[in-house]
Amino acid sequence: MTFKDRYDMVVIGSGPGGLAAAISAKKNGAQDVLVIERDVEPGGILLQCIHNGFGVEVFKQDLPGPAYAQRFINEAYQVGVDFLLDTMVLEITRDHRITATSKRYGFLNIQAKAVVLAMGCRERTRAQVRLPGARPAGVFTAGTAQRWVNVEGYMPGKNFVILGSGDIGMIMARRLTFEGAKVERVLEVMPYLSGLTRNYVQCLMDYDIQLQLMHTVKNIIGKKRVEAIEAVAVDEKWNYIPGTEEIIPCDTLLLSVGLIPENELSRQAGVLIDPVTAGPFVDDGFQTNIPGIFSAGNVVHVYDLVDWVTEAGLIAGKSAARLIQAGPQKTEKVIPVKAGENVRYVVPHTLNPDHLIEGEIRVQMRVRQPIEAPVWVEVRSGERLLHRKPEPYARPGEMVTIFLKPALLDEVKAANGLSVAIAKR
Amino acid sequence: MPTIEEKVVCVTCPKGCTLQVTRDVQTVLKVGNGCKRGYEYARQELTDPRRMVASSVRITGALHPLLPVYTSAPFPKPRIPELLAILRMVEVKTPVTLDQTILEDVLGTGINIHASRDMSKIT
Repeated sequence: MTFKDRYDMVVIGSGPGGLAAAISAKKNGAQDVLVIERDVEPGGILLQCIHNGFGVEVFKQDLPGPAYAQRFINEAYQVGVDFLLDTMVLEITRDHRITATSKRYGFLNIQAKAVVLAMGCRERTRAQVRLPGARPAGVFTAGTAQRWVNVEGYMPGKNFVILGSGDIGMIMARRLTFEGAKVERVLEVMPYLSGLTRNYVQCLMDYDIQLQLMHTVKNIIGKKRVEAIEAVAVDEKWNYIPGTEEIIPCDTLLLSVGLIPENELSRQAGVLIDPVTAGPFVDDGFQTNIPGIFSAGNVVHVYDLVDWVTEAGLIAGKSAARLIQAGPQKTEKVIPVKAGENVRYVVPHTLNPDHLIEGEIRVQMRVRQPIEAPVWVEVRSGERLLHRKPEPYARPGEMVTIFLKPALLDEVKAANGLSVAIAKR
Repeated sequence: MPTIEEKVVCVTCPKGCTLQVTRDVQTVLKVGNGCKRGYEYARQELTDPRRMVASSVRITGALHPLLPVYTSAPFPKPRIPELLAILRMVEVKTPVTLDQTILEDVLGTGINIHASRDMSKIT
């Protein structure tokens, strides 16, 4: 296969966000679409997420990660998306020039009319959470362990402690148990679960794996290999509570302590990054501050569900296709969307009210503090309440979604800005 | 007959509703909170708990040494260890396509084991 040096659209990354964007751009009229992937096969991290739970919203089916990815890979090939695999993108410029390198094709220069950033996210590492103690072998991120166990066929240890109650951590606790390991403990520094409740039930409770909230690792013990960790209880400010230390013998410590959008390429291109989400500032079509550069999926903010990553990719691909065909559109007014009371962040950061003519606009957010009681999610323009939605509770681990309806067109148009708040009912 | 009040977290969808279940020894009488699927889940969970199981089997001639597989339907929870023991002994050859049946009617449950993805032969 030969690759052209000009494409309507180039997508960086072939995970669910990138695949959805590529398919959607093709279906919405983009002529040629190229996906560049650094791995040797398309699919992204879904390929190592062999557990079920994907696709409940998009397909109304409970699929394993690879099966979810396979459907989109097949569709992408079917609609004629080109793939450039085993290829690393080195740079993207603000005028959409992409330089990449691959063993097979050498040094590549590609000019695109539009770019979709779909690089996903990375796991937070030991250094980023400043874990004290010795530095023996046997401290890994949960995702690394997941790749070894599920794809490459290696067991990283026999007795595990997992720090962090993120979904990958809990899912790995079950997976390692399936493969004959013992998971001694899951520790979570926050007073609440950081992953989904269903994963607590079907990954930890089902296999009698103990979870300790408000606990962390005080020390990693071992010279060549981890021999034990010292766990400790913490107060609300994460201060160690003296006298609560416990030595837990183990040979491996897995870290499931959060994901960070991967935006090195975005920054190089001049894309502005929101310090709260660690992803680009985007409008409701997922366009960044640089015209013609879009972003989709976990590179924007880390989603709870792959289904929502797909939805975001579909929107990004559609907006990119529109820009390719019609050129940049003049917008009369861009409305900023701000995180109000008890909301940590909102995506999109701005919206074009005219898009409400075509249909509803999805707004997603995370709550700052958990509220275990019925809440209102309220959208206001100044003091004026435009829309509110009831939710049974609000938890930081579970993203909240609302839809702005086309009926709000005039009010949104007249607004100087919207703010979203989550408060007790 | 005395009734029992129980809380069951529904795992059918990512919402993870906490269901308020009222039941006697054999039958679920009432399920509060949650949807229709939640009622079904609570009934199932308290009489015959089942889970979707995903794991891997060996594969030869592919890019990777393992093929991810999953159960075609929720599998009886108490028998999961037996299922895993069987999967450890399975080895398949390329090519495999998504949803190809790897094992049929495993342990007499009527449930099949399916491939979670395509895996072609590498040359």
